[in-house]
Amino acid sequence: MSEPRTLTINILRFDPHDKNDVPHIESFKVKEADGMTLYVVLNEIREHHDNSLKFDFVCRAGICGSCSMLIDGRPGLACRTLTKKLGSTITLAPLPLFELIGDLSVYTGKWMRGLNERLETWIHDKESSFNVDALEERMEPEVADAIYELDRCIECGCCVAGCGTIQMRENFVGAVGLNKIARYHLDPRDKRSDEEYYEIIGNEEGVFGCMTLLGCEDVCPKELPLQSKIAYLRRMMLKTAL
Amino acid sequence: MKVIYTDVLIIGGGLAGLRVATGVKERGHDAIVLTLVPPKRSHSAAAQGGMQASLANSTMGEGDNEDVHFADTIKGSDWGADQMVARMFTHCAPKAIRELAHWGVPWTRVKRGDRTAIINAQKVTITESDEAHGLITARDFGGTKKWRTCYTSDGTGHSMLYAMDNKAHQEQVEIHERLEAIALIHENGRCYGAVARNLMNGELVAYVSKATTIATGGYGRIYSVSTNAVICQGIGQAIALETGVATLGNMEAIQFHPTAIVPVGILTTEGCRGDGGVLRDVDGYRFMPDYEPEKKELASRDVVSRRMTEHMRKGKGVKSRYGDHLWLDITILGREHIEKNLREVKEICENFLGIDPAVDWIPVRPTQHYSMGGIRTKYTGESQTLKGLYSAGEAACWDMHGFNRLGGNSVSETVVAGMLVTEYISDFLESEDANLSIHTSMVEKFVKKEQEKIDALLSRENGEDAYELRRAMEKIMMDDVGIFRNGTDLQKAVDELKSLHQRAKNIEVFRSKSTAANPALVNAYRTQKMIKVALCVALGALLRTESRGAHSREDFPMRDDANWLKRSITSWPNEEDSMPTMTYEEIDIKTMELPPGFRGYGKDLTQHNPQTKVRQEEVDTIIQELETKGASRYELQDALMPFLDKLPKKYQGKNERLGESL
Repeated sequence: MSEPRTLTINILRFDPHDKNDVPHIESFKVKEADGMTLYVVLNEIREHHDNSLKFDFVCRAGICGSCSMLIDGRPGLACRTLTKKLGSTITLAPLPLFELIGDLSVYTGKWMRGLNERLETWIHDKESSFNVDALEERMEPEVADAIYELDRCIECGCCVAGCGTIQMRENFVGAVGLNKIARYHLDPRDKRSDEEYYEIIGNEEGVFGCMTLLGCEDVCPKELPLQSKIAYLRRMMLKTAL
Repeated sequence: MKVIYTDVLIIGGGLAGLRVATGVKERGHDAIVLTLVPPKRSHSAAAQGGMQASLANSTMGEGDNEDVHFADTIKGSDWGADQMVARMFTHCAPKAIRELAHWGVPWTRVKRGDRTAIINAQKVTITESDEAHGLITARDFGGTKKWRTCYTSDGTGHSMLYAMDNKAHQEQVEIHERLEAIALIHENGRCYGAVARNLMNGELVAYVSKATTIATGGYGRIYSVSTNAVICQGIGQAIALETGVATLGNMEAIQFHPTAIVPVGILTTEGCRGDGGVLRDVDGYRFMPDYEPEKKELASRDVVSRRMTEHMRKGKGVKSRYGDHLWLDITILGREHIEKNLREVKEICENFLGIDPAVDWIPVRPTQHYSMGGIRTKYTGESQTLKGLYSAGEAACWDMHGFNRLGGNSVSETVVAGMLVTEYISDFLESEDANLSIHTSMVEKFVKKEQEKIDALLSRENGEDAYELRRAMEKIMMDDVGIFRNGTDLQKAVDELKSLHQRAKNIEVFRSKSTAANPALVNAYRTQKMIKVALCVALGALLRTESRGAHSREDFPMRDDANWLKRSITSWPNEEDSMPTMTYEEIDIKTMELPPGFRGYGKDLTQHNPQTKVRQEEVDTIIQELETKGASRYELQDALMPFLDKLPKKYQGKNERLGESL
């Protein structure tokens, strides 16, 4: 077996709580191991090189969306990125556009909560009452599957970091937001009318703001059909506007 | 000192915590959720395979009801569960799943007509009825008589958690993220909230509340390899233990999931085997039918994990640089099925193993997965000993799982316990007992104490390295408190952990001295707490000289109902104690609906309690009498072990099914 590679990990670091700190690149050397992911690399750096290094992992299985960062300039989930797929010099930077907590740790959760509140991403149903003892309401199996397809979004923020529009329009809801609207629009349990949806996203901060660069679709770790959903919403909103 | 007052403080933003928060808000009380991470990133999201609820919609679930679910749960627990609680749970699981359907979970639905499924490695055709079309469907899981596990592909926990968190948004639940509860505030046997540390700026905040709920999940991360998220470190159990008043139950009851991938320990759902996947050894041989001819791969989790370990010990494992493993073969299910119903598994295989599970076998071995033990509570979710402290979900020992939890019963517990505990807390808040009577100087004392501990960690010199102690603890748990246990190893584990506990008092945070966001500091104080939790687990395991459920003693292979039909209760009365204190709570056979029996796996190794025969005869007589009178199954159940009056009124109603109208 050949000698394992020595990886050079360049990390863009900054501690906003430290008045003397400025953003800077720091390099670490790590010996590559079989099946090594960036989760393993970063924990090794924290444990053996610099215990002040800040980053976020929770599930470490590509499910929770905590560990998005720029990996060689491209947004992705660090936990499921194998080092063997990368060169021997790897550059890591925090996900842009979100509030920085420190080093690679960003506050995506706060941004997503704001988005969910703004788009009211919950079932709107004032009419039907719920009887806790009764048979559940029926749903066509294909409809349930189609909703789940869009419900798979993990709010990791990669699409936002990969979005060209949001660089210009700060309040743009991003592909994550549009996908959520597509999800609720598909859901027969949500009784919002097309006009009500139009009120939320029928503007430049919503579906008409998208410049169709589609970086979102390229970087989505869950491979959500963002492009077709944005196109679909646009057609629907145009129809509603007419 | 920053003090925030609220009615209910909820520590933990997973399914259980969010359900309690949403519920108490609906009942008109204030609630604040403290969470380490944004709620949608909680470990609940990692639950893949499904949620058990006896809806009986699908053909393979026909005839299912609360009674069957109850019996499966009790057998699964190896009779360690609280039968009253298990009854309350199985009665409310259909309600909880229907509530979640109403809140937006896109449960996979029954489709009328024929479909092909794999059962026992054979293709079979299942025909679904017209009348069930569009209702929630279910898949097979281990240790269950019926197909009862409802799902959304293999992202069930994710969909449930998202619907739940969205509901919490709608109810405008206040969520304080990246806040870690590091101590409970209590006085005279009454809990008044918690001291929390802001993980972004390091500030300590006192949250003073009438009721406090711990819903922080399990403690899997005391083991070096676990399927659990990295935040499942048992800190909720530790802060309860550190009050010296609250108690923990059955801490030694640890579940090992049969199929986590090697080496990283990420879970592949039980749904893989439920949907027809099989286990194979180094020769490609399907070995489980030899050990468990009836249930095969779908025996209870503890059983499958032990059989796999036994088989590897016979030299039938696949050698790898990370130790032996076995194969999980789902290729037989076909690509279409995998890409629709097991897509998280597929992604995990692709990303972490570089394999395609529609073509390749998956390397797996049993891995720490679930904590049956936790904060010991009454059926109301309230601590038995610390008033005003509640706990729900995996964090608690409520105790519906006993010594082994069935797959699909954990997410189900989170929402059912959440529903119920909501009502009991709200009732408490509406009583006079709920008044706050704590002086601010007392609150200040608690905050000051925590501040001093943190200052000491940052300023100490020539101290111990927290990482080193933590790795040592994790290794001890892996090597000596694992799937098979014995007195020699356990004694060694307890001795070594005791010494680590002493050393942990002298931890120094090296180099990284920031009082704000500081991962080294966090690791330091958590390591101190985790070692205490580990000590509770190891001591409980050492003292329990029998085998029950997931607790398997090579030197005591019998399930000893005569001496050990009891719950382990752990406390830490004095901070200076070098060891936790163990006591036991009897499990009363006389009131059981389902007296202890044989679970049906391997040889019957039960040392029966004389009471069992007496109660079994009583039960048989009652059943016979009522059956001749033509009593309904509800009347029968009520005669054996009445429980409905324990439930909040709104949840006492019967559950509608296709064959059972309201």
